[in-house]
Amino acid sequence: MKTNNKLRILYKRSLIIFSVNIFLFFVLLGRLYYLQIFSQEKYTLLADNNRISERLLVPPRGSIYDRNGVELAQNNQNFEALITAEQVHNLDKLLTQITPILKLSKEDIARIKKDIAHHRRFVPIKIKDNLNWEEVSTLMLNSPNLPGLFINEGITRYYPYSKYTAHPLGYVGTVSQQDLEKNPAPLLEVPGFKIGKSGFEKTYDLNLRGHQGTIKYEVNAYGRIMRELEKREGLKGKDLDLTIDIRLQKIALDAFGDEAGAAVVMDVHNGEILAFVSAPSFDPNLFINGISYKNWNELLYDEKTPLTNKAISGLYSPGSTFKIAVALAALEEGIITTSTTSHCTGKMKLGSHYFHCWRHSGHGKQNVIDAIKNSCDIFFYETALKLGIEKISKMAHRLGLGELYDLNLENQKQGTIPNKAWKRSALKSSWQQGETVIAGIGQGYVLVNPLQLTVMLSRVVNGGFEVYPTSIKQDNPPKPKPLKISKTSLDIVKQGMFDVVNAPGGTASRAKPKSKNIIIGGKTGTTQVRRISLKERQKGILKDEDLPWKYRNHAWFMAYGPHKDPKYAVAVIVEHGRSGSGVAAPIASKILEETIKLNIR
Amino acid sequence: MAILLNQNQDFTLKERFLNLNFTFIFIICLLAITGCLILYSAAGGNINPWALNHGIRFLIGLFVLLITSIFKPAFYYKTATPFYFLTLMLLIVVDVAGYTGMGAKRWIDLGFIKLQPSELMKIAIVLQLSKFFSTTALEDIRTIKGLIPPILYTAVPVAFILIQPDLGTSLMILFTATALFYLAGVEWYKFIALISALIVSAPILWHKLHTYQQNRILTFLNPERDPQGAGYHIIQAKIALGSGGLTGKGFLSGTQSHLNFLPEKHTDFIFTMFSEEFGMLGGVFILVLNLILISYGYWFAFRIHPSNYFGKLVILGLNTNYFLYIFINIAMVIGLLPVVGVPLPLISYGGTVIISVMASFGIMMSFYINRDKEFKK
Repeated sequence: MKTNNKLRILYKRSLIIFSVNIFLFFVLLGRLYYLQIFSQEKYTLLADNNRISERLLVPPRGSIYDRNGVELAQNNQNFEALITAEQVHNLDKLLTQITPILKLSKEDIARIKKDIAHHRRFVPIKIKDNLNWEEVSTLMLNSPNLPGLFINEGITRYYPYSKYTAHPLGYVGTVSQQDLEKNPAPLLEVPGFKIGKSGFEKTYDLNLRGHQGTIKYEVNAYGRIMRELEKREGLKGKDLDLTIDIRLQKIALDAFGDEAGAAVVMDVHNGEILAFVSAPSFDPNLFINGISYKNWNELLYDEKTPLTNKAISGLYSPGSTFKIAVALAALEEGIITTSTTSHCTGKMKLGSHYFHCWRHSGHGKQNVIDAIKNSCDIFFYETALKLGIEKISKMAHRLGLGELYDLNLENQKQGTIPNKAWKRSALKSSWQQGETVIAGIGQGYVLVNPLQLTVMLSRVVNGGFEVYPTSIKQDNPPKPKPLKISKTSLDIVKQGMFDVVNAPGGTASRAKPKSKNIIIGGKTGTTQVRRISLKERQKGILKDEDLPWKYRNHAWFMAYGPHKDPKYAVAVIVEHGRSGSGVAAPIASKILEETIKLNIR
Repeated sequence: MAILLNQNQDFTLKERFLNLNFTFIFIICLLAITGCLILYSAAGGNINPWALNHGIRFLIGLFVLLITSIFKPAFYYKTATPFYFLTLMLLIVVDVAGYTGMGAKRWIDLGFIKLQPSELMKIAIVLQLSKFFSTTALEDIRTIKGLIPPILYTAVPVAFILIQPDLGTSLMILFTATALFYLAGVEWYKFIALISALIVSAPILWHKLHTYQQNRILTFLNPERDPQGAGYHIIQAKIALGSGGLTGKGFLSGTQSHLNFLPEKHTDFIFTMFSEEFGMLGGVFILVLNLILISYGYWFAFRIHPSNYFGKLVILGLNTNYFLYIFINIAMVIGLLPVVGVPLPLISYGGTVIISVMASFGIMMSFYINRDKEFKK
């Protein structure tokens, strides 16, 4: 009876435990359902995140072409040598084997060993990049004896025309911390990615950069790559077609020789910039993989400032080239005609002050054409006084001075075309009449850059159309609007500029092209950087040439051609070139002559 | 009379063999084969180092099952007490001069095999308690004095296993013993009183736990507490399981397992690996097979001769022990329990467990073979 009671309890309770067991099985089942069915998506994603490692592929950068389709910035193959430590039998032996081939220094070897020690053994470590063909072929030949070493092919930016395109193309370089903060994109964090650092490479960077590709690897828990899952090549960046002509670019830069300065050549009808040089230039390829300290310092501390694009960033007094604007303003205002004359005695008195002509003996009787030809200062002093600064300033702006242009280049300087309001706000003082006088010959507050001067000359010789400079090839360039300057006035100043080069005694008769059938016109300009002091005069320094380079005068020459039907305009500044006619005119004339010969259209 | 006489005669070896429950053994084999398959996958499609060994061990286990099923129920009754004390002694030896591995002392190295006395204790305690409860009247069991011996039988080995330290095994023995106390007729309120006492003393027990055990519990409660360290196992196991979905990623194609994100994939976390490759359907397959095995266990306990109260208790105790293996292992790898180091028998790679589980199945079979005979001590 007692046993039966115990059995009854046993049966009853074992059923209860069995029920509990079944219940717990259902708990497990429910949990499986929750994890595997309900949360499957979430965990599949997490599993993929675990196993798939995605790396970005740097897309080929867009090329940059000149107007004839010559590639100015290209992507070259770049070979780098890497080693995978786990495949190396004897690291020291391998390093001694490759040291003579790759010319590795002690520091290189120390770095390689450190890199290997700091990474997992299957991670490839870079030994050297930018291998030349000889290094690549020697390594390839010996590869059976060099286990663990392999060569990787990449692309790198290359500027085949080197210094001839440094301005305005600029260059690419390694992404800096500031670049990342300013424009955070995943691509920028890919090791070895290059970003435009100056010039068009910088301003068109987003277009040129292209679209990143991706490569997906399956990796294990230790990060070892097991296999490649998927590769999507990137899209090459958009190509950039420039209006410059590399042939002219070379001629223009070479024309400067050792001189410092800038030249801009423009098509006067559509504003296309055909040449855009700043001398001296530099090799942009030096920057791509990080410029050496020594090279950088040489460029930075060169007094001829090779890194500055003087064609847009250099501001200079226009000097006598400004007389064209003054003459046009006076002609248009009806203040002078061709029969209006001045008598140049070499000086003019205003109040108690004398203003001198560059020619101390004077030019005698001068009308506007003579005054341009001879660059007579007295004529323009008087004309400017009659005009007043406001009208000069207005005409200068109409002709394109004092303006910023939409060129997509950084560091474009606006310069100064002074008037009364400008002086009040900038200098907090009122305008003096004497300042109008010196503004009449492009001195004083007037500051322009070579590009602006090219624009002015283009607008004058193209029949008075408001052309804008452009450096990118456009399919449908906008038609320039007329400036509403009378043809008579334009023809008068053109005649003056023709005489500068072609008339006997013209200030730039030396600028006549060697080819007799090419007729050009132009205007010189010489601007004082510093007066020769009394002390220096006593020491015997009387002429500009005797001064140290950096105190000598700047020399301008702007020219157009062919005279009959002008197609091209050029402005040349030679920094501290002493005189426009002596130094700048031959350079400008050479560039213009070659431009006409090349017949660029 | 003749029938009765026949009943009292011992079975021949052949009769004993034919009396085995072959469905039960077939399911055991099915689980072991599943284990071999998944161990083959765990090695990246190789029978070495695990699948082949597992198969060999299972065959040894099968032999152990047959041997243990040959003995008569009375043999287990008679040897229960000496076996219990011998095992307890071995357990103490392990603690004194044990082999240190995995940060826990659990083996006696006999040269050819690493003997794990705590595994033996799982069987020994069931036999000893069953013997005690079957010889004690219900009235005595329901007195405090009557409960002192079985409590001691339980508490002493549990204490020794706890200091090894092996939280998983101690808990399993504790739960198995509790089930036997309950089945033997100990009143409800005593369990409730004990549980209340445990809850009250929980803070003290907490301090007694090793730091790594505390960490495991803390990490279980919040795996994100330490995603790179202790929580890593749980998080990766959940990812492996969850990403398996309904039908799994396919044999040999579990990414979490094969790319080594899943730790201990061939031992404690084998269920996770299986579920990653075969999905929820695979998991349900293993659960159902085990549920059938356990149901058989209950049926055996009902089926054997009513006079064999001892046998019924032993079967239920061993069955509960097996259930605990399954439940604790799966619950811990799917994040329902802390990771306490309990393997999935017949499937996880590991020697002692497969032998001890097969031995316990053999003991169950021994009672089942003699199911129609009156139990004689």
